[in-house]
Amino acid sequence: MQVKINQQAKDFSGDPEMPLMWYLRDQLALTGTKFGCGTGLCGACTVHVDGKAVRSCVTPMGELSGKSVTTIEGLHPTGDHPVQKAWRAANVPQCGYCQPGQIMNAAGLLNEKKNPTDDDIVQAMQGNICRCGCYQRIFAAVKSAAKGA
Amino acid sequence: MESFAHSVAKYHDQPILKNVSRRDVLKGIVTGGGLVVAAQFVPTAMAAYDPYPTGATGMPGGMVWDPHVYVSIAKDGTVTIVSHRSEMGTGSRTSLPMVVADEMEADWSKVKIVQAEGDEAKYGNQDTDGSRSVRHFIQPMRACGAAMRQMLERAAAATWACSDVDVRAENHKVVHIPSGNSLGFGELAEAAAKLPTPSAKQINLKDPSQFRYIGKGKVQIIDLHDITTGKANYAQDIVVPGMKFAVVARPPVVGGKAKSFDEAAAMKVPGVVKVVQIAPTPAPGKFAPLGGVAVIADSTYAALKGRAALKVTWEDGPNAAYDSEKFKEQMAASARNPGKIERNEGDIDAAIKGADKVIEHEYYIPHGHHATMEPPAAVAKVTGDKAEIWACVQSPGGTRGDVAKLLGVDEKNVKVNVTLLGGGFGRKSKCDFALEAATLSKATGMPVKVVWTREDDIQHGFYHSVSYQHVTAAIKGGKVVGWRQRSVSPSLMSNFMPDPKRESALELGLGLTDTPFGVPNLRLETGEAPAMARIGWFRAVNNIPHAFAMQSMIAELAHELGKDPKDFLLEIIGPARVADMRKTVSSELWHYGDPYETYPIDTGRLANVVRLAAEKAGWGRKMEKGSGLGIAAHRCFQSYVCSVVEVNVDSKGNVNVPRVDTAIDCGFHINPERVASQIEGAAVMGLSIAKLVEITFKNGRVQQSNFHDYQVLRIGQGAMDVRTHIVPHGPNVPSTGVGEPGVPPFAPAFYNAIFAATGKRIRNLPLRDQLTA
Ligand code: FES
Ligand code: FES
Repeated sequence: MQVKINQQAKDFSGDPEMPLMWYLRDQLALTGTKFGCGTGLCGACTVHVDGKAVRSCVTPMGELSGKSVTTIEGLHPTGDHPVQKAWRAANVPQCGYCQPGQIMNAAGLLNEKKNPTDDDIVQAMQGNICRCGCYQRIFAAVKSAAKGA
Repeated sequence: MESFAHSVAKYHDQPILKNVSRRDVLKGIVTGGGLVVAAQFVPTAMAAYDPYPTGATGMPGGMVWDPHVYVSIAKDGTVTIVSHRSEMGTGSRTSLPMVVADEMEADWSKVKIVQAEGDEAKYGNQDTDGSRSVRHFIQPMRACGAAMRQMLERAAAATWACSDVDVRAENHKVVHIPSGNSLGFGELAEAAAKLPTPSAKQINLKDPSQFRYIGKGKVQIIDLHDITTGKANYAQDIVVPGMKFAVVARPPVVGGKAKSFDEAAAMKVPGVVKVVQIAPTPAPGKFAPLGGVAVIADSTYAALKGRAALKVTWEDGPNAAYDSEKFKEQMAASARNPGKIERNEGDIDAAIKGADKVIEHEYYIPHGHHATMEPPAAVAKVTGDKAEIWACVQSPGGTRGDVAKLLGVDEKNVKVNVTLLGGGFGRKSKCDFALEAATLSKATGMPVKVVWTREDDIQHGFYHSVSYQHVTAAIKGGKVVGWRQRSVSPSLMSNFMPDPKRESALELGLGLTDTPFGVPNLRLETGEAPAMARIGWFRAVNNIPHAFAMQSMIAELAHELGKDPKDFLLEIIGPARVADMRKTVSSELWHYGDPYETYPIDTGRLANVVRLAAEKAGWGRKMEKGSGLGIAAHRCFQSYVCSVVEVNVDSKGNVNVPRVDTAIDCGFHINPERVASQIEGAAVMGLSIAKLVEITFKNGRVQQSNFHDYQVLRIGQGAMDVRTHIVPHGPNVPSTGVGEPGVPPFAPAFYNAIFAATGKRIRNLPLRDQLTA
């Protein structure tokens, strides 16, 4: 089976039930995709599949034939996606562990909606837990990224 | 950002409260003091290094300020500074090196930070816990930077064959003042490195007016770019060549063990290489692994599948009787009867007898759990009598000692590499996961990574203790003349000694026995409660239940007496004074391991944050129907915090928290931007505790397993506008804790606000559907 990871073609012949998250983390060493809950409840493992934010921990490899996966490492070559820039300008992270997932989710939202309302932002980001409690800055960063994008 | 900038900028029209000077403190002449309204700091030349005593010296490894240990300068001018504390989100990995850089006049853009391995003999104490990093290390880090600056200056003076007074370090170079010539730090590095370190007496600290970075809030965390690009490495991300992956099936009841197990099905899973039993450790086990059966495989996925296929028969042991519902009843019964007296002033029995009115209330907080976003993980590589560990531990020094002991080798043979921590909150102070990795690596001869899943994390934690508080107040002549509080809570000391079955002096000093109220008849007691699970400290620890009960009760009494809650809180705090309860506590007053004299309990500073938070929040403003403001204040980790929480309760009973104003007096602060982020995070965590968080036991087993049934706050569920107001101080006021003190006042302020909005008083946490049901 063929799958693209950050624009690179990969041949995958392993267990089709294996979640994408473990393929990324254990086999490709793309550890920017974080393991937080393994059950689709926290958003730490968020990546894009064909531009849409998905939880890689509940996305089996078997579903990805012919698809294109983007991880935080591939979001922007120099890390300067508008969301990443907004994140740094707002000093969002504390421990940082949830942040790649937050950023991928926010970037996914902006792919779909260029001008999200406040409600859209809250709705879209509710699946991403930040135990350090950076929510007010996450919200501000998504808003400013939407403005700048 | 906006909120903190706003608070710092706007606060300057407030009176500045200056703490007593260190000398006054040492002489003990602080009566009625603390609250000296004093002049602004007057810029002088340089100040001698004359450190006030802190608890750092009493910690393992003590404190080290040798620049040869902490700073190295490359020929190209790159300055490398060691961060010896673990980074779990507070920013200390940036803030402490920033202090060194500022004092040595290094240009921050030319500074690199390296993380120290666990070595307390070399670096001083590394136990990143108890809101201590800045509190204990601001002084040695300033001295370290100043010493380096002076060595560079001396090296330059030697090169120019001039006097020390003719040279001055300035932004990464040393200037020859008479000629204006200069030499870069890189050019001076080699010569400076050969010079002896100045003695403490020779150290000159910068005047605060000369600070470039300290107190400015302009320096961003060093890992910001790596975090936002996915390059930041946590223990869950570590890969070591040849490494295997392990997950462990642990006994569902603490103290239980695997009676038998069948590994056949697990071994059939492709990729599984071995199944290894880990022996349990009898209590008190400190941070020993819980025991169980480990499945070791070529990948995490295979290990997880192998564990799912494993068949284990467990033997539970006596803790199988642990049942949270029954335990609550047991604790209530204990709290309703006279307990062990922990602090006694006046005659509470007489006060209650002679009272016009006696008010009695009970408050309950269930077990909670840290649920750090990164579940625990560690890699160990044990070869012969040597071991190397990679782990997200708060205490690399302690981990090193514990691993050495477990393996029976010399500490010198154990190297502990500290990764970034995806949250800590006290969970990662306990290195059981690193000990599991070491056990498995030793057993297999291979490097092994132990991965905890979220389920492992939630079901096998060290839990924030459940607590039952029974408070009785005696009212006479419109005043509270007596306060009796009985605190019942299983003790975290049960990890270290035979279960004391009640809070220890350490836990009581967290917001109970150190209470600085101006109530003449006061008795604080503890009741019995055995520990039937692993109890562990959680961000702010027992301060949370103690403050919840006290600060709720104060608002209840205000209502009873028809007084404004803020005014009544100030009345209970009483006049500005140093409250010294060391003589009236029964055993010892735990003062966070610090000398009392350096950090006297100053009611003036407590009252000041109450006034500041109230003013900033617009206390007394007219509220819409269904809205209300609540206030609560608490002193902990030597800091003073007050939160005013605004709630809005709709007709269905749904609560929103549109705004929070928190005032913090943490002495001399070095990074206001990170102080604000901690306060914002504390509000979110506080609201999680108040609204959602609960771990319950049935048949000794934790009933929750992941974020569907152990819910924590999500975005948009409140506390999205938290405004931080920092009381400004110069370096003469000792720096105090920031990571934890924001948490305890939140829940009571929130419940006081709900009462103001609805007239309903909640005394059992969490809120869940108590208003909607
Ligand atoms: S790890 Fe995938 S949603 Fe939590
Ligand atoms: S920054 Fe720590 S969990 Fe979000």
